[in-house]
Amino acid sequence: MDLQNVLSVASKDFESYRRKKSIIAYTLGLPLVLSVVFSLVVQRDIAPSVQSGAGIDSLNLGLESLTYFFVVFAAVLPTSIAAYSIVGEKVEKSLEPMLATPLSDNEILLGKTIASLVPPVLTTWLGASIFMVASDYLLRGVISYYYFPNLNAGLMLFVLAPLAALFGVEVAVIASSRISDVRGANQLGGLVWIPFMVIFILAVEGNFQFSVVNLSLTSGTLGAIELILYFVTTSTFRRERILTRWK
Amino acid sequence: MIETENLTKKFGGLTAVDGVTFAVKEGEIFGFLGPNGAGKTTTVRMLTCLISETSGRAVIGGYDTRAKSDRKKIRRMIGLLPENVGLYEGMSAYKNLDYYGRFYKLTEAKRRERIEYLLKMLGLWEKRDVAAGTFSKGMKQKLAIARALVHDPQVLFLDEPTANLDPEATKAVRDFIVELKKEERTIFLNTHMLDEADRICDRVGILKTKLVAVGTPEELRESLFARTTIVQLAAVNDNIVAAVRKLGIGEVSVAEGGKLFVGVKDPDGENPDIVHAIDGAGGRIRMVYQSSPTLEDVYLKLVKG
Repeated sequence: MDLQNVLSVASKDFESYRRKKSIIAYTLGLPLVLSVVFSLVVQRDIAPSVQSGAGIDSLNLGLESLTYFFVVFAAVLPTSIAAYSIVGEKVEKSLEPMLATPLSDNEILLGKTIASLVPPVLTTWLGASIFMVASDYLLRGVISYYYFPNLNAGLMLFVLAPLAALFGVEVAVIASSRISDVRGANQLGGLVWIPFMVIFILAVEGNFQFSVVNLSLTSGTLGAIELILYFVTTSTFRRERILTRWK
Repeated sequence: MIETENLTKKFGGLTAVDGVTFAVKEGEIFGFLGPNGAGKTTTVRMLTCLISETSGRAVIGGYDTRAKSDRKKIRRMIGLLPENVGLYEGMSAYKNLDYYGRFYKLTEAKRRERIEYLLKMLGLWEKRDVAAGTFSKGMKQKLAIARALVHDPQVLFLDEPTANLDPEATKAVRDFIVELKKEERTIFLNTHMLDEADRICDRVGILKTKLVAVGTPEELRESLFARTTIVQLAAVNDNIVAAVRKLGIGEVSVAEGGKLFVGVKDPDGENPDIVHAIDGAGGRIRMVYQSSPTLEDVYLKLVKG
């Protein structure tokens, strides 16, 4: 594996995203909008309910559920980008000349994975950071300490969110072999967030706690699923398969 | 430089390329002709290590396409212009080439030098900072050829390089291919433009899933069509025909408009005898010439039977 080749592939994709305003708006805009909306939820609902005597459990559930929602977005955002990156190449028919270069299949795949993964993870962290700073500010005087940062939020954002983003990319790569237009690729996002939304709903209904143990188990399970998806992805992204079996 | 032996590719029950054996010498332009679906692109994909062969073997510059360790070496020494140019339309001409140059470990200075050389050769230097998506078809094709050449490969595979181009762009691309030959580069040209193959290829192979013929265009013409001398006369009569037949050279036939067809084996030696016989029989000769079947005639005879 030649890292220089990987970075060359990734940097070309970064550059093409830079020219695509819809991708910038989507990747940067959604987490920022989310951070603003969630801050308003803290201001209008969570802070008043804590002030009116709701317990610490209610505070935890509210803030952790909102923080977790950034994990959901971390899974969804790279899906469209990864699918665009690969389906876009299919549409432009630029994969064949690239496959004729000395690049290995894995170098191309890793380059595209990095390019699809890094911007959404960074913007998710940015959005979550804004939300956490705003929450601490809005809750000053309501609770006597800074709620964020904390271990659970750290696990969600620095372990679960990158894993969720990788999950989104892997699903997108597998699906890209069956999709031949960018619009179809965009619809993928709707599928990827289902398992993450299930956890969110379970938590809101009180059937799942965002504890260190549960978050670690969720991350471990996701990591195991990703290991399986890694083998599927690498066997899908093979020169011969791309040229002869991809639609 | 390129050798294949019983090269075969099957997709499920469908045989796309069947036991193809040929060799291309270093510095040669080899034309691969065949109708759509004959297996030309599949052959190129096998030779460029994009897909594996079902059986048989191919060796490029001494490296075997079956050996995993050789494939990277083969990819380093070849350039490919695929049927679809596949440029990054949002990127400038320069950046398209620079991106590919990186994969061959060319230094920035070397990349700049090669890109400038190629874009100037192809008349695209002034457009180097313009997005490839705004280029005409001919310009895109030229840029894709430049991309295939950015690392100065020893072997160049061109898959239908002039398909869908206007006559002016076609000529420009053909002229450039001929220029490349001067650099002693081996060129494998997939085409169904028979005129193109006739003009620029040293040898051609005709593929119809199986390789039905290989040789120079001249060799193929001679192997399939008997040499014929055509004598244009003011008028043909029985005396003239009898006089020519008496020579015993070959089959003699008459066509409308005073044309006499004589099958010959050695035109240089036999044509003066034919002229002398016709003159002796009172014939008035207006013109003597050899029939020259085109590569298209050869192709149609081989492919259509």
